[in-house]
Amino acid sequence: MSSSVTEPGYAAALSEAAAKLPDLVGEDLACRRGERIIFTGVSFRLPPGGALVLTGANGSGKSSLLRLVAGLLPAAAGQLSWGAAARAGEFATHHARLHYVGHQDALKPAMTPREMLAFWAALRGCPLPPAAPALAEALATFALDVVADWPCRWLSAGQRRRVALARLLAAPAALWLLDEPTTALDEASQARLEAAVARHRAAGGMVMVATHTPIALEGAMTLELDGFAPRFNLDPLFAG
Amino acid sequence: MAAFFGLFRRDLRLALRQGGDTGLVLAFFVLTVVLFPFGVGPEPEVLARVAPGILWVAALLAALLSLDRLFLPDYEDGGLDLVALSPLPLELAALAKCAAHWVATGLPLALISPALALVVDLEPRAIATLVASLLIGTPALSLIGGVAAALTLGARRQGVLLSLLVLPLYVPPLVFGASAVEAGALGMEPRVDLLLLSALTLAALPLCPWATAAALRQALE
Repeated sequence: MSSSVTEPGYAAALSEAAAKLPDLVGEDLACRRGERIIFTGVSFRLPPGGALVLTGANGSGKSSLLRLVAGLLPAAAGQLSWGAAARAGEFATHHARLHYVGHQDALKPAMTPREMLAFWAALRGCPLPPAAPALAEALATFALDVVADWPCRWLSAGQRRRVALARLLAAPAALWLLDEPTTALDEASQARLEAAVARHRAAGGMVMVATHTPIALEGAMTLELDGFAPRFNLDPLFAG
Repeated sequence: MAAFFGLFRRDLRLALRQGGDTGLVLAFFVLTVVLFPFGVGPEPEVLARVAPGILWVAALLAALLSLDRLFLPDYEDGGLDLVALSPLPLELAALAKCAAHWVATGLPLALISPALALVVDLEPRAIATLVASLLIGTPALSLIGGVAAALTLGARRQGVLLSLLVLPLYVPPLVFGASAVEAGALGMEPRVDLLLLSALTLAALPLCPWATAAALRQALE
């Protein structure tokens, strides 16, 4: 396992960003899609180095909660804050602190994994030349060295997933929001992901993971979303 | 700024590498223009009279052809989420994508237009005006088209809806663009029309990315 490959550079870059970070606090969050309320009254507190695993049946709102925390969905109620400072109004700061890996891998068939990683890093404001060590390290951590210069259309589902995950390491951010990150991953790749998450947390990073499959995260808190659906949903009235 | 140019360069690279988009737009432009002599007849006087309109309408339809690809691939593969989550304001991201769209479509259209001007017997003295009017006017087509492309994201039959939305908005650039070329062909001064065309592009430059970003936010929810 390549657990020590990214150690010095990554930890230094991250701890600089994470050093002054307060806890991420969600209070009484509610989420609405259309006329349907997915969940209400969800609260959590995620300290630096912490991990929160979201579980629940299909449709219980795991992905919605992650998108809400990312700021891609507005919260119907409640608030999300870093320590005491409300997040609202400071989307740019909030976004600079987080990585979101959703269901989709966002890979372009005509570009190579190396180009995709360089582009994503540039999009986050830290341009990397194709030969940058940070890129090589991110690719090596997820064992993508061999396919790094292939067009993404040749990659398998698991390899595509690993490229999306390598994005987490190419440009450091304190909070990782992972939506079913282990989909299509084989055992060795899942172990690589777990090692990367452990290293991230050791450096003071935070992780929120929505998952169905067991994932080894030491000392992780679990948030079961099944209990937060409202008992009465008025949607039959509105949806007709 | 690194993020802006990163997005611009990536879109341009994708357009060049996939090749299809630019090639398709140019081929469509050429074929539409070539159809007119067959339909209208080969008399030079008749063709020369309608040439400015033909060239501008064909360029406009060609630019329209590639608009549905502006945001749709990013929307479908989740890349738009990442763009929205980057520190780059969505307005600037929209501008970067429209700029790349223009370099991949509007610019090549303007550059090959002199060749097509010969096909429809445009007065040779109007060719410089034709190129200038397309260079000035096609950025407005990309910017206005960006708004419609973002608004129709997630709609069924996106392409058709997009055309219905965007064609009425293309009337002002068409009017001033074609009349500039016509003035050039008649040996008159096309300056006024070109200035009005520039005004359209300059107005679209700040307004359209702003509207596009609002529509993209709507689509992302």
